[in-house]
Amino acid sequence: MIGSQLQQGRSSLLGHVPRRIAGTALSLVLTFVGLTAVTFVIARVMPADPVLAIVGDRAHQDVYDAVYRELGLDQPMLVQYLRYLGQLFAGDLGVSIMTAQPVLDDLLRFFPATLELATVATLLGVFAGVPLGVLAAVRQGRWADHLVRVVGLFGYSVPVFWLGMLALFVFYAKLGWVAGPGRIDIFYEGMVEPVTGLILVDSALAREWDIFRNAIGHLVLPAAILGIHSFAYLARMTRHFMLEQLGQEYILTARVKGVPEGAVIWRHAFRNVLVQLITIVGLTYASLLEGSVLTETVFAWPGIGQYITSSLFNNDMNAVLGGTIVVGTCFVAINMGSDLLYRLVDPRVR
Amino acid sequence: MSAVRAWLLTDIPQSRRQAQCQRLFLAWLVFRRNGSAVAGIAIVATLVAGALLAPWITGSAGVTPDLGNRLHAPGLAHWFGTDELGRDIFDRVMWGSRITLYIVGLVSVIVVPIGLAIGVVAGYVGGWVDSALMRLTDVFLAFPRLILALAFVAALGPGLENAVLAIALTSWSPYARIARAEALTLRRSDFILAARSQGIPHLQIIVSHVAPMCISSVIVRLTLDMAGIILTAAGLGFLGLGAQPPTPEWGAMIALGREYLLDQWWVPAFPGIAILVVSLGFNLLGDGLRDVLDPKSRD
Repeated sequence: MIGSQLQQGRSSLLGHVPRRIAGTALSLVLTFVGLTAVTFVIARVMPADPVLAIVGDRAHQDVYDAVYRELGLDQPMLVQYLRYLGQLFAGDLGVSIMTAQPVLDDLLRFFPATLELATVATLLGVFAGVPLGVLAAVRQGRWADHLVRVVGLFGYSVPVFWLGMLALFVFYAKLGWVAGPGRIDIFYEGMVEPVTGLILVDSALAREWDIFRNAIGHLVLPAAILGIHSFAYLARMTRHFMLEQLGQEYILTARVKGVPEGAVIWRHAFRNVLVQLITIVGLTYASLLEGSVLTETVFAWPGIGQYITSSLFNNDMNAVLGGTIVVGTCFVAINMGSDLLYRLVDPRVR
Repeated sequence: MSAVRAWLLTDIPQSRRQAQCQRLFLAWLVFRRNGSAVAGIAIVATLVAGALLAPWITGSAGVTPDLGNRLHAPGLAHWFGTDELGRDIFDRVMWGSRITLYIVGLVSVIVVPIGLAIGVVAGYVGGWVDSALMRLTDVFLAFPRLILALAFVAALGPGLENAVLAIALTSWSPYARIARAEALTLRRSDFILAARSQGIPHLQIIVSHVAPMCISSVIVRLTLDMAGIILTAAGLGFLGLGAQPPTPEWGAMIALGREYLLDQWWVPAFPGIAILVVSLGFNLLGDGLRDVLDPKSRD
């Protein structure tokens, strides 16, 4: 009887996997359509007159009409949107007014800086937040637990841009422990061949260890500041998940059998928590990728967030929307990817 | 005093009103034992009091420049010092609390009705309406909030109202999810069945029977999200996309004070502390409310 139930469970599980993937793919497509619809509305519908924005208010009527037709504004809205989607899939995000370059090229140049910052920030958040969360759960109600709670609340409540300014003031201006704003000293600028665009990887590939160390000096402070929120979130969630697991009967069984406490915590409870953490880490990574806008402004970090904000002040809508779409797509893809991974790894999710 | 207490704690309430008061009082008794929640409510109460009393506890509106008093250090005359235009920073922080409350209030007023309407209808009606509305909610849930807010502000133009609108448009979806979950469990309950069998129209059932039952979970979530809303608004202000100078918005004040950090630390420090304390207050209050209203989630 149990065997047949198991059999049934297994077959329905296997049957579920393709359906789940299809479901996730459908939401991915829908979300992408929604995202592009919103940017389309912002780009084509909300401005009072997109033609005037291009030709200026002194243009001749013929020029105006030509641009009007060229933009496809005489077509129905749906046709305009489909044309817009077609352009997006061809990689055509328009030309930036500010840099006079295709927006896609600009974004490819600025994106690695953001990727490097967000990745290191997430790693810092994971390696600090997860062990502290475990510690807080194991020492529930004791001072370590309270400390983690206080630090977590602080991380949730502090404005990162303000904390970043204070950190620059203390650790750079006063103590001189870290390098200042920017990705690298001006002296080293352009000395490494950009292979991946990630300075740490590029300088390591070129075996330029001075540059590598310099880049780390620049990176560590913004990454730590950006990582604070994910650290707080991860510590809190890890604590919650661990407490859930530690209250289960299999933990009691393991303890009764005389398994050492360290093994109970790390080999039994934490292994189950690990699966749940996948989604959380994915979520924080995605939110850091978009949340880096403020940190980049404070640390003069030449990333996509700074590109978007500076374009915004120059009324460079192509650049703003191109950046929005690229960051938005990454955000959606990472979220869905971690969701999918979680569903595949954890058979209990139905 | 003890008569009131006895009235509030009696086993058999005499009237509907008494029962309602009792419920609130019991919730308050649980809430009071939660130290951090009380700290949270104290902070939020101080914020509200500061905003209400700003004209009486400040010496100026914090907007007019007074160049003879530039960049004074904190002292008895100016508790938080003065800024680069000689304006008293304490006054500005106090008046800024009005703007923070305004942002928080406006976002709630937009977000809660949208979320409730979509969630309750989806949960109560079910079927394809439910799937369609929830797909829409999922789409908005998956959007990058700050970046979309930036794009909205880019299209609408910088300003406090536009920043608020941008935040609201991107943050209603969690409330729809919560309201739907509540409505799903409510639609099968006996009192809804009773209402239906009396021939009350669906719309009235949704508005006056289902929606009020969903409000408490929505409010808990809203309180927990308040800190995030305040931080996003301050972030937009810091980038120069929210409230414009000379409005004493805390994020914009930090942006202006940035240049003075090295020698006049107090210019950017105090608005930042204000943001930190207020978000902390809302976080503590939200945690406390959740513990009171939903004891299951406590760990």
